[in-house]
Amino acid sequence: MNRSATSRARRLLELLLTVGPGALWLLIFMLIPALLMLEASFLQRGPYGRLVGPFTLANYLRFFGLTPEGFDPLYLGILWRSAVFAAGVTAITLLLGYPLAFAIATSRRKETLLLLVVLPFWTNFLIRIYAWIVIFQRHGVVNAALGALGLGPLPLYPSWFAVYVATVYTYLPFLVLPVYTAVERIDWTLLEAAQDLGAGRVRGFLHAVLPQTLPGVVAGVLLVFVPALGTFVISDLLGAGRVILIGNVIQQQFGVVRDWAFGSAAAYVLMALVLLGLWGYARVAGEEGLDRLV
Amino acid sequence: MNPTPVVELEGVRKVFDGGTVALDGVTLTVYEGEFFSLLGPSGCGKTTLLRILGGFEVPDAGTVRIAGVDVREVPPYRRPVNTVFQNYALFPHMTVFDNIAFGLRMRRRPPAEVRRKVGWAMELVQIEGLSARRPHELSGGQKQRVALARALVNEPRVLLLDEPLGALDLKLRKQLQIELMRLQMELGTTFVYVTHDQEEALVMSDRMAVMQNGRLEQVGLPEELYERPKTAFVARFLGRSNLIEAHAVAPDRAETPFGPLRVSGGLTPGRRYLLGIRPEKLRLAREPWNRANTVTARVKEIVYTGAENQYILEARGGELVAYTLNADISEPGYEEYDYGETVHVHLPPENLVVIDEPIGDEPRPPAP
Repeated sequence: MNRSATSRARRLLELLLTVGPGALWLLIFMLIPALLMLEASFLQRGPYGRLVGPFTLANYLRFFGLTPEGFDPLYLGILWRSAVFAAGVTAITLLLGYPLAFAIATSRRKETLLLLVVLPFWTNFLIRIYAWIVIFQRHGVVNAALGALGLGPLPLYPSWFAVYVATVYTYLPFLVLPVYTAVERIDWTLLEAAQDLGAGRVRGFLHAVLPQTLPGVVAGVLLVFVPALGTFVISDLLGAGRVILIGNVIQQQFGVVRDWAFGSAAAYVLMALVLLGLWGYARVAGEEGLDRLV
Repeated sequence: MNPTPVVELEGVRKVFDGGTVALDGVTLTVYEGEFFSLLGPSGCGKTTLLRILGGFEVPDAGTVRIAGVDVREVPPYRRPVNTVFQNYALFPHMTVFDNIAFGLRMRRRPPAEVRRKVGWAMELVQIEGLSARRPHELSGGQKQRVALARALVNEPRVLLLDEPLGALDLKLRKQLQIELMRLQMELGTTFVYVTHDQEEALVMSDRMAVMQNGRLEQVGLPEELYERPKTAFVARFLGRSNLIEAHAVAPDRAETPFGPLRVSGGLTPGRRYLLGIRPEKLRLAREPWNRANTVTARVKEIVYTGAENQYILEARGGELVAYTLNADISEPGYEEYDYGETVHVHLPPENLVVIDEPIGDEPRPPAP
C-alpha cells in the first residue's frame, strides 16, 4: 500500500514536470485570455472603449446582421468573402505545394531544397510582406519589366491579386513540409504492387501513392486554411484598406474602433467556425483521421 | 512429354549505379508448371533476378522471354506474371476484398466476375470471412495469405515469390510451405521462389538454382544439388560438407591430408581437386574398419540437436564433421561416443564427391 502510494506520488510528480510547464503556459496565455474575451463578447462598449454591463447578446446579433433597423449582412458577407479567400489560397497552395513537396522529397538534393523552402522564415514576416509592395507597386519591378515590353502599368498594388500572391507565398511552406514528410514515408513497394497488378502510371499513383500522402495533405490544408481565414496583416498591407477580411474587422475593433466587445464576439464566431470544421472532418475521417494529422 | 519453357533467360546482366554487379550473365530456363527456387545468400542477385522477371528492373544485357515473348520493353502492368512481395505490400487503406480485387478491377472485369473470383481466391488460401478486414487487423500469416490470393486471383502464367515466408515464425513457415506446395500442385501455376533458406528450397522445389555473386553456381533437382554439388560453394551452402583437398594420383585415387583416399573415379592424375562428403555419410565405429578410406580420429566436440548427434572429430589431417542418428543405442551402428574417445571413421568412396574447380581463393560463404 505504501509502495503504491509513493509510486502514485511519483507518477504525479512526473506528470507535473512534463506536462505542467506547457499546461501552465496555455492556462495563463490562452485559456484565461480566451475566457476574458468570452466575457467581453457579452458586454458592451462604454465611454472611451471601456467594457460595461449588463450582459447582452447584441454583439452576436449585430455580427449576424440582426440589427434593430433590420437585417444587414455586412459582417456575414465579409465572413463569406474571407472563407472564399481562404479556400482559394488553400487550393492554389495545394496545386503549387503538392508537386513541389513531391519533387523535393524524391530529389537527390532534398536537404538543400528543403532549406530553401524554410529559408524565408529567417527573415522578418513584415519585411517579406513589404517586399511584395516594392515588387507590385506602380514603379515596382513587375511594372518596370512590363513597361520594357511596352505593356502596363497594371494596378497590381493595392489589389486582391497582391493579397492572394503574398498569402500563398507566406503559407506555402506550411503545406510543403507536412506533404514532404508524407512523401518521404511513402512505401514505394505499394506502387510496384499496383503496377504488378495491372495499374499503369496514373492509376498506380492514384491508388497506391496518393492515399499514402493524404494525411500530410490534410495537415497542410488545415495549416494553410485556418490562418488564411484569420489573416489581417497581409490584407491590410497589400490591400491598403481596399481588401477587408474578417481578420481586419476583428483587428479594427481592438484597435481603431476600440469596441472590444464586438471584436470578441466576431473572434468567437470565427473560432467556432474553425472548430466546427475540424469536428466535421473528424466525423467524416473517423477518430484515426485526427490522429493521423499529428 | 516435352516440357514447355515459360521463363527463358539468356546472358542476363545487371549492374547497379555504383558498379555493383548484381547479375553476371545468367542463363536459365524455367518450365511450365515447375516449382523453381532461387537460393543464395543475401546480395547474391536472386531478388534482382526476380525483379527483372516482374519488370521492376531492366537488364543491361541479355534477353528475357516470358511465355515466348521478349519482355524487354514490356512494363510490369502488362506482363503475365504476378508477384508476392517480401513485406506483402498490401494496400493499407483497402479492405482484404479490395486488395484481392485490385488486379481484376485494373483489368476492368465486371463486378460479378470480380466477386466470384475473389471468393474463389479467398477460399483457395483459406481466409473466408476476412474480406472486410484491413491489413493492420491481420496476423502475419493472414497477410501472407491475402498477398498470395491477390496475386493468384489474376491467374498469372508465372507467380514470383520473394522470400514470402521470411517474416514468419518457424512453425507457421513450415505449415505455409506445405500449403504453398499444395496450391502449386493444385493450380499447376509456375512458381519462381526466392529464398535464402536452403531447407525451404530443398523441401519445396521441383528444381532449384544456387546463386552466388550474381551467377548461377548450379541448377538441378534438389537431390542432385545436395548429393552431387559441382562447386565448393554449393557443397557448403546446402547443408554442411567436409571438404578435403586432394591431389589425384590415379583416376580413382588421391593423396589427401587424411592419407590416400579412393573415389568412384573421374580424376585426372596430377591435378588438384576438392573431395566433399556430407557429415551424415561418414561411418563411425569403435573397432577398426579393415577397409580403405579409413581415418582414425578423436572426438573433440559433441553437439546434441535432438534428432541427431553432431561430432567434431580431430584427425591427423584436420577436422571432420560427422552426424549420427540419435536412435536406440542398443541397436548395432547407433553407438554414441564420448569426448576424447578414439573413433574409426570410414569415408565410403561412392559418397565422396569430386569437386572440380580451382582451389584456394574460394571466399567462404556466410554461415547458413
